[in-house]
Amino acid sequence: MAVLVLAEHNNSALGGATLNAVSAALEIGGDIDILVAGLDCSEVAKSASEIKGIRKVICADSSCYAHSLAEDLASLIVNMAGDYEHFLAAATTTGKNVMPRVAALLDAGQISDIISVLSSDTFTRPIYAGNIIATVQATDDKKVITVRTTGFDAASETGGTAVIEMIEAASESGLATFISEELTKSDRPELAAANIIVSGGRGMGSGENFSIIEALADKLGAAVGASRAAVDAGYVPNDYQVGQTGKVVAPDLYVAIGISGAIQHLAGMKDSKVIVAINKDEEAPIFGVADYGLVGDLFKEVPAMVEALDD
Amino acid sequence: MSYNLLTGLKHGFSFNLETYMKILVAVKRAIDYNVKARPKSDGSGVELANVKMSMNPFDEIAVEEAIRIQEAEATTETVAVSIGVKQCQETLRTAMAMGIDRGILVETEEETQPLAVAQALKAIVDKEEPDLVLLGKQAIDDDSNQVGQMLSALLGWSQGTFACGVELKGNSLVTVRREVDGGIQTLDLKMPAIITSDLRLNEPRYVKLPNIMKAKKKQLDTFTPDELGVDITSRIKVLKVSEPPVRDSGVKVEDVNQLIDKLRNEAKVI
Ligand SMILES: Cc1cc2nc3c(=O)[nH]c(=O)nc-3n(C[C@H](O)[C@H](O)[C@H](O)COP(=O)(O)OP(=O)(O)OC[C@H]3O[C@@H](n4cnc5c(N)ncnc54)[C@H](O)[C@@H]3O)c2cc1C
Ligand SMILES: Nc1ncnc2c1ncn2[C@@H]1O[C@H](COP(=O)(O)O)[C@@H](O)[C@H]1O
Repeated sequence: MAVLVLAEHNNSALGGATLNAVSAALEIGGDIDILVAGLDCSEVAKSASEIKGIRKVICADSSCYAHSLAEDLASLIVNMAGDYEHFLAAATTTGKNVMPRVAALLDAGQISDIISVLSSDTFTRPIYAGNIIATVQATDDKKVITVRTTGFDAASETGGTAVIEMIEAASESGLATFISEELTKSDRPELAAANIIVSGGRGMGSGENFSIIEALADKLGAAVGASRAAVDAGYVPNDYQVGQTGKVVAPDLYVAIGISGAIQHLAGMKDSKVIVAINKDEEAPIFGVADYGLVGDLFKEVPAMVEALDD
Repeated sequence: MSYNLLTGLKHGFSFNLETYMKILVAVKRAIDYNVKARPKSDGSGVELANVKMSMNPFDEIAVEEAIRIQEAEATTETVAVSIGVKQCQETLRTAMAMGIDRGILVETEEETQPLAVAQALKAIVDKEEPDLVLLGKQAIDDDSNQVGQMLSALLGWSQGTFACGVELKGNSLVTVRREVDGGIQTLDLKMPAIITSDLRLNEPRYVKLPNIMKAKKKQLDTFTPDELGVDITSRIKVLKVSEPPVRDSGVKVEDVNQLIDKLRNEAKVI
């Protein structure tokens, strides 16, 4: 049986999370097809066709897929469902939005956020903010799955020569209309793709003070993240939030500055390879997961660190 | 949040409207967000005996949103629904103490997985015919993030997930701002619609004592899944649960120079 992977993209470039979802698909086994649904998305389809291990890329190019609206994407996927047993997407906001809709239309339960594949129907996934790992088995014929990107290495972007097959759009639902998008612009690496992340919390005290974090991030070539408290206080945009209900990251190095280490924050970063915490409270729970802890005032320590990195 | 109804209503403004809608809110009884969950010693499930339970935090936000629309006098009625054990009554009473008009419990001792919950909610929607259903984006116990999307699919309605802003435009259109990976996306949804709340949609109010007393008198109906014709059999078998690997405890460093030295020469990550 075959696996369909929904590609994550912005119509011009393939999103890196797709490669992690493909890795999960490769572990499940069988023929793997990638669905690229978008508008003027031929470049994306071409990139997808070069991923190693893919049988074919199926491309639906239509204005109704320009913004990955769940209503329209789900009906497209359901139309193709006869050919597949597994339906995978990365657990991004797009995947999380679309896949449960697909599952319900196929009368199947969904398994969210898998971090490992034990067999074609059995997976592990974190629950309760990552404090528990559940081993779960899908009993429905159709298996709808979202993939936590930190659980799987990226599949190789090259070496594949899959054919690209164009398909017709499904009929447009007309239920939702895209109005606008305010995307956070940054020259730094994306949180999900970064090798190093420097995150700030409520301890930063203000949005302006985040310049201290940015200076360190620039020195390290790092992405910038934040705790919920820092986002709620308006210091940084919502898409910086790391945690149970924000982004889940696992970089080589995660530096938590002025973050206490609530379970909801830990859920999003505790699988990082190396964790550094800088906090003035030596009792802060973040020190419980930190490989290297520095007790001190961030307004002194972080600029000192930036300076020391110059040497 | 602005409730930009047809007449441009803001709180405190007078208005006349035909924009009256019925709102349904789904509330789950879940482990309190301050509690760290642990597996039972035999790995058969999560230890929930004597654990503090509360309304799922995202559902409090959904309830608050419903009440704000109600306080703008734009609702005919607000109804909270919970699926689960008898004690979910407490969760419904909390919703009613916050201001929801009445409650419905779909009572079952069985495990409630997202598809079953969505099917039960659909049965209630078919009975109650709301214009808008509000849910949380995610239950903090199963961390599924599925029910709103599934309910929307079963009903054939529009969906606005991960909402951080809701603006009603009469009875047929709602504008939703959504927290997405790259920033914020704004959509117009045809009503009836499903909206799931993200953290920054609003700040839920505290429940006042007199309102807890009042809530005890509000109507609370109970159905079984059978009475609703819903089969809530689990689709996903939980084979076992376990604790994640624990991290080795780290060290405290003296100063930034030692920290940088360790990162360069010991961890080799910079
Ligand atoms: C449903 C739900 C979902 C949630 N989801 C998330 C999520 O996804 N991500 C997330 O992060 N949180 C989430 N939270 C919130 C979480 O519970 C915590 O409230 C939040 O993580 C706290 O953020 P913080 O550590 O920045 O703030 P605080 O807990 O206030 O900690 C601030 C820290 O800064 C330190 N500090 C202050 N000043 C200085 C200084 N000058 N120098 C050094 N240190 C200093 C303090 O010692 C303290 O430890 C969620 C909560 C709920 C209820
Ligand atoms: N048993 C339940 N009873 C009522 N509402 C629920 C239940 N389970 C989930 N929900 C609703 O669906 C949302 C998403 O849950 P989930 O898909 O399980 O993460 C929650 O925030 C609730 O609003």
